[in-house]
Amino acid sequence: MDSCGMKQGSPLGAALDAALRPLHRAPGRCSTARCAHVIRFENVGLRYGTGPEVLRDISFTLMPGSFHFLTGASGAGKSSLLKLMYLAHRPSRGLISVFGQDIARLKREDLPELRRQIGVVFQDFALLDHLSALDNVALPLRMAGAGENEVVEHCTELLKWVGLGNHLDARPSILSGGQQQRVAIARAVINRPRLLLADEPTGNVDDGIGMRLLYLFEEMHKLGATVVIATHNETLIRRFEHPRLHLENGRLHVLHQSASSWA
Amino acid sequence: MAALSALPFRKRFDLPLAKDPTARFLLLITAVMVYLAALALAGALVVSDMARRWDSGLAGGLTVQVVPLSGPGAAPVAERLEKTLAILRGTPGIRSAAALSQEQVAHLLEPWLGHEGAKDPMLPVPTLVDVVASGPVDVTALQGRLSAVPGVTLDDHAAWLADLRAFAGSVELAAAGIVLLVGAAAVASVVFAVRAGLAIHRNVVELLHLMGAPDRYVSRQFEAHVLGLCLRGGACGLGLAALTLFAVARAAGSLRASLLPDASLTVGQWAALALVPLIACALAVLTARWTVMRTLETMP
Repeated sequence: MDSCGMKQGSPLGAALDAALRPLHRAPGRCSTARCAHVIRFENVGLRYGTGPEVLRDISFTLMPGSFHFLTGASGAGKSSLLKLMYLAHRPSRGLISVFGQDIARLKREDLPELRRQIGVVFQDFALLDHLSALDNVALPLRMAGAGENEVVEHCTELLKWVGLGNHLDARPSILSGGQQQRVAIARAVINRPRLLLADEPTGNVDDGIGMRLLYLFEEMHKLGATVVIATHNETLIRRFEHPRLHLENGRLHVLHQSASSWA
Repeated sequence: MAALSALPFRKRFDLPLAKDPTARFLLLITAVMVYLAALALAGALVVSDMARRWDSGLAGGLTVQVVPLSGPGAAPVAERLEKTLAILRGTPGIRSAAALSQEQVAHLLEPWLGHEGAKDPMLPVPTLVDVVASGPVDVTALQGRLSAVPGVTLDDHAAWLADLRAFAGSVELAAAGIVLLVGAAAVASVVFAVRAGLAIHRNVVELLHLMGAPDRYVSRQFEAHVLGLCLRGGACGLGLAALTLFAVARAAGSLRASLLPDASLTVGQWAALALVPLIACALAVLTARWTVMRTLETMP
């Protein structure tokens, strides 16, 4: 394990490791103090406009290299919690700390670099229809200023790794739901995120493909990423014995708590 | 190289801006704006140049007219002309004084009266004396001495030059106003087009933002898009303006009576006109950047 908690993986993981872009983060971001936790929520509440609080008194800490499922009924606030985690929303109250940094104290210009360390698989994939699969996957690399040769090399490798080597130039509209899902996941992981969030990544695929996608997240986890997956799929949750964050009526409950991953 | 890489040129866009309906609008509006601004600037340059030429040609010069007199006892023109020339040549500050020939006077009248009319012997044309000063001339004192000769008037062009300078100043001011208005309209058009683009592609912009795209990454795409449109629109506008100016210069030159001043532009003036689309592009890029950055600032 390196200073960022990156682990050596299996042969499959080694292939994934080779496909992903090497770390290009600013020095100091992964210091021991900053890697103490990936996410910390303290008494966080969220309300939209003047409506009622959809999340109440949320407190938890995700340690580096942990893997959690986020569960709860529809409307329980899973997507809202994920949005707070990938900095799409600011909390109405409470404190959120990401990679050891209190986001309320961060300058606006510091947020993009923080966001680039968070990979997100959106529920609706959020692929750009006018771009090819390769260009969709390349977005995080280009934003990070990677050279074009490096972009093409890593995106091609990763798309091959997820079984889309023959669809590099395909537009999302001609890909199946499962293929789009894999492009979305490849885009989320290409820049080797420290935190990988997925909102119902298996919602639109059958259990077989869902299982394969979960193994992909497992590989990322083995490479050191902290993973949180929001899902309804009890079969998958039972298959992978990871702790569960369960939302009910806007409050967070811890199920199958793992001492190694929870503070 | 670093400066070049900072320019908003991109081969690839994450945002499909080229297909926006506002793209054609911005192209057209830029062409029209550059056309109008180039014509206004060309007009101001021509008038300014003309005024400067007339000013330098007339400033410090004096014109004396010896008008034909009728009636018993009126001295002949030749006699009064001789007295006038003697007074002028004896005045301090005057280098030379020479009467214009009948042909020269007829040539001056040609634009108004035509070739035949200007040479009509029945025309009561005054004899003109061109006076070239070598230093300051006491016009009032000279006026007093010339009043002794009947039918002689002195013109130091002061009133005419003042009018000419005022006219040139007004034209330049009007041109500056037009260019400013055109610039303001261009800025408003770019703001409108960029805001429309941001609204149309809000989902993509938000996605890029959430994925960690710096605001400049997004704004550069809009800047490159706007720059491409403005370069094409500006080239069209400048080309049309050049055609118009050539046509005007040709039409003015073909007039038999040369009432109009020379409307052709110098190389330097053409270079100034060529800057119009470049300035429009720079203005558009800065406006696009400002608009996008301000909009993105509202995102968390």
